[in-house]
Amino acid sequence: MRRILIIGATSAIAEATARLFAARGDALCLVARDSTRLKAIADDLGVRGAVRTATTTLDVTDFAAHVAAIDLAERELGGLDTVLIAHGTLSDQAQCEQSVDRTRLEFDINALSVISLLTLLANRFEAQGHGTLAVISSVAGDRGRMSNYVYGAAKAAVSTFLSGLRQRLQKSGVNVLTIKPGFVDTPMTAQFPKGALWAKPEDVAKGIVRAIDRGRSEVYLPWFWRQIMFVIRHVPEFIFKRVSL
Amino acid sequence: MASRCWPRSSDIVLGLAPVSQVGTPWGRYPRAQQRVVSLRDRHADLPSFEGTALPHGNGRSYGDSCTNDGGTLLHTRGLDRFIAFDAATGVLSCEAGVLLSDILDFAIPQGWFVPVLPGTRFITVGGAIANDVHGKNHHRAGCFSEHLDGFELLRTDGLRRWCSLSQNPDWYAATVGGLGLTGVITWAQLRLSRIRGPWMNAETLRFSSVSQFIEISSASERDYEYSVAWVDCAAAGKTLGRGLFMRANHAPAGCGEAPRSRLAVPFTPPISLINGLSLRAFNALYYHRQRSAVAYARSHYQPYFFPLDSIADWNRVYGPKGFVQYQCVVPPGIAETAIQELLARIAASGQGSFLAVLKVFGERRSAGILSFPRPGATLALDFPNAGKRTFDLLDTLDTVVAQAGGAVYPAKDARLPGRYFRQYYPEWETLRPYLDPKFSSGFWRRVTE
Repeated sequence: MRRILIIGATSAIAEATARLFAARGDALCLVARDSTRLKAIADDLGVRGAVRTATTTLDVTDFAAHVAAIDLAERELGGLDTVLIAHGTLSDQAQCEQSVDRTRLEFDINALSVISLLTLLANRFEAQGHGTLAVISSVAGDRGRMSNYVYGAAKAAVSTFLSGLRQRLQKSGVNVLTIKPGFVDTPMTAQFPKGALWAKPEDVAKGIVRAIDRGRSEVYLPWFWRQIMFVIRHVPEFIFKRVSL
Repeated sequence: MASRCWPRSSDIVLGLAPVSQVGTPWGRYPRAQQRVVSLRDRHADLPSFEGTALPHGNGRSYGDSCTNDGGTLLHTRGLDRFIAFDAATGVLSCEAGVLLSDILDFAIPQGWFVPVLPGTRFITVGGAIANDVHGKNHHRAGCFSEHLDGFELLRTDGLRRWCSLSQNPDWYAATVGGLGLTGVITWAQLRLSRIRGPWMNAETLRFSSVSQFIEISSASERDYEYSVAWVDCAAAGKTLGRGLFMRANHAPAGCGEAPRSRLAVPFTPPISLINGLSLRAFNALYYHRQRSAVAYARSHYQPYFFPLDSIADWNRVYGPKGFVQYQCVVPPGIAETAIQELLARIAASGQGSFLAVLKVFGERRSAGILSFPRPGATLALDFPNAGKRTFDLLDTLDTVVAQAGGAVYPAKDARLPGRYFRQYYPEWETLRPYLDPKFSSGFWRRVTE
């Protein structure tokens, strides 16, 4: 049994991942904004085999509440072995371009709140000397593109933060996992027409659990995004700037 | 290539912006253009939409009872959470988008089974209620609804009702078999049945005529929980009505690996692979495959209950024009002659397909107003869609069924003329006050307007 904290537990990818944890009898603490949906998910995970479920509500932009949420999870589960940070919003690029406030809000949600939680968790995990901090970043963080560079920049901050944190915690036996999903068919992307590149949350979830189990550092999900992003990262800037992506 | 798929800010609409999609039912006929909105939270009100909407589970209804051309589909697969399970009593509460396959995977290791299973396990609980599905144990267990404690019905006006035989029984009767038209079923409570393992003791008996089929069927009723027959719909003359009768019980215990299916129909062939020639050859081989009159086997429950589920997307085999299924029931007294007449017409037409199934229903009627199963013999077969030729044949089958006082199954239908529907379901108008004023389906418009 592992004791697992999931932040952003009502997201489709987080819920699918939690089901895999539940099926193998882990203990889960679920954190998200909406208490009704949290309860529905916790009940489901209980039926599916989670030995214990706890829930607490948190708006991640309420930075002052981060400590209490982590404390509660530790108390409820009697310690933490794995944390999955999965919350996020797909920023509205057009709105961000017109509003600094909007851009800052997107950064608060997608970057700074994650960095805040990781800062708190890293010290605890460093002290306990084991565990996994798994964070859902995005392929969008690999290179800025005109269609969503605010979201991409926030995810880039998270990915870069994680790579530094990974070096630091390596010495303490704590694994830091950067998860980079491509297009996933979730409520967050409900409005996009789906092509062949789109993955199901269940498949991404399997990849997440596998990467956590194997102590991986960085995983693209599905795998082919590593190749796609390799190409996209290596297009010279003088060409890239002329492309509409 | 990748660039076209990247999220574009200009595309992003806040809130629930439905995507318009071309949809097809399981039979891939008829096609429909509809907007799709996914439901994810059973506590939330229904989203707003223009025009009409229709709840949509896993889309395994064969015809237009699961399409709503020009309107909206409310996809319920996102409502896929279990709510509570009592491992001592087998009472399960779950959201309506949970698949029966999910329940089986979860319940069998704990010694429980879904009490009524149709020919595919890839249907939602909500769909099982809305079509009041039946299975190979209808003579013993009745319809799906007989194992239901109740369900919550959510209407577009925001009202929620708990519906059961004792609470809101009128809403219950309208919604069971009600084709999703009375509101969205958000969650349900059902009673699973006890089993000792996933294995079945199965027997296959050869029969050479419809009367022999009926004989074997009534002789099997008492001692066999499950029974169904494959009938050779290409056989005519002296061989008319020949087939294989399959009866089974849950095995007391057993062990072994569940069969793993890797088969799939990867694309839609340009023409139907099922035609008169391949059919006659295949059916003859299948019938004679078994040398002895009776064969015994221990089988895993999956191939016994869901032979077709092992081939993903098998519906593609009929080609781009798709297929139509015809499932009817004819009353007991006249069953033998009516089934013979139906089979004779099908064999003479050279149409039909390998998938032809016969089963005698039990005496029990469900509470559902539009529930299909009723005492008698039911025949179900697929027809590759060959256009007018196929529809003309089905029209003649209608006359036989109507004359016999039978009925056709809406969940399988894509073409039944409205007058027959109204004859088969004379109480259909009592459903009217219970229909959600903003709900409709291709089927409903076709048979009532």
